[in-house]
Amino acid sequence: MTAALRPDLAAIAEMIPYGARVLDVGCGDGALLEHLAATKNVDGRGLELSQQNVNACVARGLPVVQGDADTDLGEYPAAAFDVAILSQTIQATFAPRDVLGHLLRIGRRTVISLPNFGHWRVRLALLTDGRMPRTQALSYAWYDTPNIHLCTIADFVGLAEEAGATIERALSLDERGLTHPMRADAWGPNLFAEGAIFLLKGA
Amino acid sequence: MAETGNPRFLRPVTAAGADVGRAITFDAPLALDCGKSLSPLTVAYMTYGTLNAARSNAVLVCHALTGDQFAASAHPVTGKPGWWDTMVGAGKPIDTERFFVICANVVGGCMGTTGPAEICPATGKPYGLEFPLVTVRDMVRAQAMLLDALGIEKVMSVLGGSMGGMQVLQWAADYPDRVVSAVPIACAARHSAQNIAFHEVGRQAIMADPDWKGGTYQLHGTQPAKGLAVARMAAHITYLSEAALQRKFGRNLQNREQVSFGFGPDFQIESYLHHQGVTFVDRFDANSYLYITRAMDYFDLAAEHDGKLAQAFGGSKTKFLIVSFTSDWLFPTSENKLIAHALNASAATVSFVEIRTDRGHDAFLLDEPEMFATVRGFLNSVALKVGA
Repeated sequence: MTAALRPDLAAIAEMIPYGARVLDVGCGDGALLEHLAATKNVDGRGLELSQQNVNACVARGLPVVQGDADTDLGEYPAAAFDVAILSQTIQATFAPRDVLGHLLRIGRRTVISLPNFGHWRVRLALLTDGRMPRTQALSYAWYDTPNIHLCTIADFVGLAEEAGATIERALSLDERGLTHPMRADAWGPNLFAEGAIFLLKGA
Repeated sequence: MAETGNPRFLRPVTAAGADVGRAITFDAPLALDCGKSLSPLTVAYMTYGTLNAARSNAVLVCHALTGDQFAASAHPVTGKPGWWDTMVGAGKPIDTERFFVICANVVGGCMGTTGPAEICPATGKPYGLEFPLVTVRDMVRAQAMLLDALGIEKVMSVLGGSMGGMQVLQWAADYPDRVVSAVPIACAARHSAQNIAFHEVGRQAIMADPDWKGGTYQLHGTQPAKGLAVARMAAHITYLSEAALQRKFGRNLQNREQVSFGFGPDFQIESYLHHQGVTFVDRFDANSYLYITRAMDYFDLAAEHDGKLAQAFGGSKTKFLIVSFTSDWLFPTSENKLIAHALNASAATVSFVEIRTDRGHDAFLLDEPEMFATVRGFLNSVALKVGA
């Protein structure tokens, strides 16, 4: 199980300190939480929308609350967790700015990963076809995509600044899911990276 | 010291061959929240499965308002299957081939545990309204005495729905070291104004019945059957959902082609409710209904902890699984979520699931595969941890 951890999740796991209290928002089937508990003695909690995924987590013995990042994060007290994680989910939230604000409030640190809509293939597809791009990572048609608030790396960096967050680390993700350190304001990753992972600290 | 024997039931045992369970009578009095104490106290209970050598596989099941200790076996009075037959049994989510399951009739009940229908030793007559007011906490205290008598220090899990869920929460708050995991289902940390209101309608219906006779009906050889049936009918509506009622009954007529232009049971839903009321009277005591509904009304776990629910579970090592149902308007998801949030705020380990169903509050008693899968997975993870 831990061996098969998705590379982007492994990169996130690498950012989490040993023994930390972690909230994984959109924790899916609990693979990251289980990995963190097994390898870093993390006291982890999950928030997950899908009933099926919650059941998978509960069966793994993971404490997971079925709920919605858009509506339920307000219930968590400030600084309740050492790290709040939101992986590949912010683009699917109704109010990304509010969700980010809650994460920065709830976690002393926040880790966010997101797909990059500024990738050159996305840009080229829109330029040449004149239609909403569909890529491997973002394969939905415009009318049924759960990704209602797609952004580029540069867009997210702008939002993080607006929210008063400090970017402590930034990694770009390539096609194979491998990570590379990047400067958050560099133009290169915004054009070439499939996605990015940020370690943020609230104001 | 405790004695063990067969419980005494208010109604005759009619189901031939049914296991009537056991009862323990305690010499020590039960100190009640109201300031009085109850002595002697008898607790009637059932067990299913076998306690392992390490005594690590005990599971306590708490019953709801009109439930009893017969969770997974035929009811000795009605002969019907156990009320949680879907959940408890061999190979079921609460697996009796693996766990030692205990279920006790609550104090104030009418299936063998001391309640208002029992004889008061001071007067030699049934307690009636002389019976002291009991609380959910008192019910849990009595269960703790039972576990002591059975030599069970710790339970692997305590589970229950509705008022059973209230007992689960009370157990976790009062005996955190005795409860490895807790599964409150379709409940709340306090009884809402709306729920108190419905209970009051039921109680008034019972007390308005001339056969109730100020609660002394046993002395007169009567029974407030009509009042109790009306109470049950009103309550039963709250256990269902509008959608489920519409689906099951709609405006269907009962054994007739057209309405009768009278007040007989024209509609199937009326006939169904009458049936619910009439059959309930055969197995339940009216005064017990008054006392147990009152215990639920008084339940407010936060009030015992300066109004802060999180404090009730401060430092708790218990693992929680909270389950609610989308169409339950008696104990809605919002109330269950309040418990989850309080537990999160107190840094307890909590999982929460909301099961999608149109069957209302009663869903916790029914065939709900998602609930079964969740509870099964949760208990399995706890069992692995404690070696049960």
